[in-house]
Amino acid sequence: MITLQHIKKAFGDKQVLKDISTVFESGKTNLIIGRSGSGKTVLMNCIVGLLQPDEGEILYDAENVVTMTKYERTLLRRRMGMLFQGSALFDSMTVLENVMFPLDMFSNDSYKERKRRAMFCLDRVNLGEAADKLPEELSGGMQKRAAIARAISMQPQYLFCDEPNSGLDPKTSLVIDKLIFELTKENNMTTIVNTHDMNSVMGIGENILFLSEGYKEWQGCNAEIMDSKNQKLNDFIFASDFSKRLKAANEENIELKDGINNQ
Amino acid sequence: MVVNKWLVAFGSYLQMLGRVFRRPDRMRMFGRRYLNELYQLGIDSVGIVLLISLFIGAVICIQFKMNIQSSWMPLWVPGYATREIMLLEFSSSIMCLILSGKVGSNIASELGTMRVTQQIDALEIMGVNSANYLILPKILGLITMIPILVIFSVVAGILGAYATAYIGHIGTVAELTQGMQYDFHQWFFWMGVIKAVFFAFIISSVSSYYGYNVKGGAVEVGKSSTNAVVSSSILILFSDTFLTQLLS
Repeated sequence: MITLQHIKKAFGDKQVLKDISTVFESGKTNLIIGRSGSGKTVLMNCIVGLLQPDEGEILYDAENVVTMTKYERTLLRRRMGMLFQGSALFDSMTVLENVMFPLDMFSNDSYKERKRRAMFCLDRVNLGEAADKLPEELSGGMQKRAAIARAISMQPQYLFCDEPNSGLDPKTSLVIDKLIFELTKENNMTTIVNTHDMNSVMGIGENILFLSEGYKEWQGCNAEIMDSKNQKLNDFIFASDFSKRLKAANEENIELKDGINNQ
Repeated sequence: MVVNKWLVAFGSYLQMLGRVFRRPDRMRMFGRRYLNELYQLGIDSVGIVLLISLFIGAVICIQFKMNIQSSWMPLWVPGYATREIMLLEFSSSIMCLILSGKVGSNIASELGTMRVTQQIDALEIMGVNSANYLILPKILGLITMIPILVIFSVVAGILGAYATAYIGHIGTVAELTQGMQYDFHQWFFWMGVIKAVFFAFIISSVSSYYGYNVKGGAVEVGKSSTNAVVSSSILILFSDTFLTQLLS
C-alpha cells in the first residue's frame, strides 16, 4: 500500500501538485488519470523518488520516502519495478540480458538460476522466443512486454507504469492492460498506472485518481466513473463525439429498460 | 553571471564525481563494463592513433630535413627533433586533443541518449548508482588505455620518420638513428605518460558530465556532445601548460 499525504510540488512559481492525499491499495491496479499537464507525471515521479515533493509525505506501507536516507531509498527501489513510457530498455543488451540485468546486479543466485527466472518472466509475457533479439528488433508492443518482464524480474512489491499504452494500437493496448492486471493479482503488488487511455480506465481501473490542474478532483473505481456528476471528470471522459454518443445511447437504453420495467 | 554559471557547473561536476567514485554495486558487472570500455574507448582508437602518428612523425622529419636544415646544423637533428616532439607534446597532448574529439563525443552522445530515452532513470529506479555504473568504467578504462596509446603513438611517429629514409630517401637511416639516440632523457617519456593520464581523466569525466546531465531531446544530445569536446579541449590546453611547467 502506498499512502500520499498533502503532497505539494512547484517548479518556480508554477504550483504543479496542490495538496494531494490518497491511498493506493495493494493487490489493485491504481490509475492516475487526467489531461496533459494536470500533474500526473510529476506525481508519479514524486512517488518513485525521481522528484522530491516540496511538502507532504509518501508512505510505502510504513516507510516514509521523503525522510529516508539515500541508502534506505536505494534498498526500497530494489522492491520496485517500473515500466517507462518509452520502455527504456538498454539498447546495447539483448532482451534476455535486459531482463536478467536487475538479477545480475542484486541477486546472489547462480547464473543458471538467474537465467531460469528471466526466461520465466519472458515466457510470462509471451516473449520467450525473442530472448536473443535486441530491443530495436522488437515492435512497440513487444518492447513494452519486455520492459514489463524486466520490471517483474525481481518480484517487486510495487509496480509503476508510466503511460503503458502510448503509441500502441487498441488491441495491443488491451494485451498490455491485461498483463498488468494479471501480474498485479498474481504477485499481490501495489500497481500504479499513469494513463489517459479510457480503455485502460474502464478495463483495469480498480482505483482511479483523477487529477485536474494539480488538484485531486475525483477518486473512485471504473464502475462508478460513468455515473459521476463531477463536471471536470465528465469533460475529460466524454471529450470525443464518439464517447458522447456512446453515453447518450447508453442513457437512452437505460431509460428504455426503466420504461419497460415500470410497465 | 558567467562566473556564477561556471561555479554551479563545477559544483555539479564535483557532485557527480562524488557519486562516480564509490564502490561498485556488483564487481562482476563492473568488470564486464570495464573490459567493454577498454575495447570501445581504447582498442577502437588504436587505428586512428597509429595512422595520425605515423604521418605526423614522417612530416616532422621531412620538414626538418627539407626546410629547416642548413649547413651549420648537424645531420642528426631531424631524428632528434622528431623524437623530442613526439615524446614531449604530440603523443601526449595533441593526441589527447584528437581523442577528445573521438572519445569525448562518443561518451557524451552515448550517455546523453541514455538520459533522454530514460535508460538512466530506469537504472536509478532499480536502485543502481547510475553514475558509478556508467561512468566509472569509462574513466578507468580510458586511464588504463592511454599510456598504451601514447607508446603506440611514439613508436608510430618514429616509424614514420624512418619511412622517410627508407621509402622517401630523405636522409639516411644512420643519421636518423643517431638523432633518435642523441641525449635521450627517459623522464621525457614518463612526462608524456603522466600528462596523458591527466588528459584521459579530463576527457572521460568532462564528457560524461555533459552527457549524463542532458535535458531535452536529440538537439540537446548533439549540443552536449559539442560542449564536451570543446570543454575537454580547452581544459587539456590549460592543464598542459601547468603540467609541462610542473613536470619539467
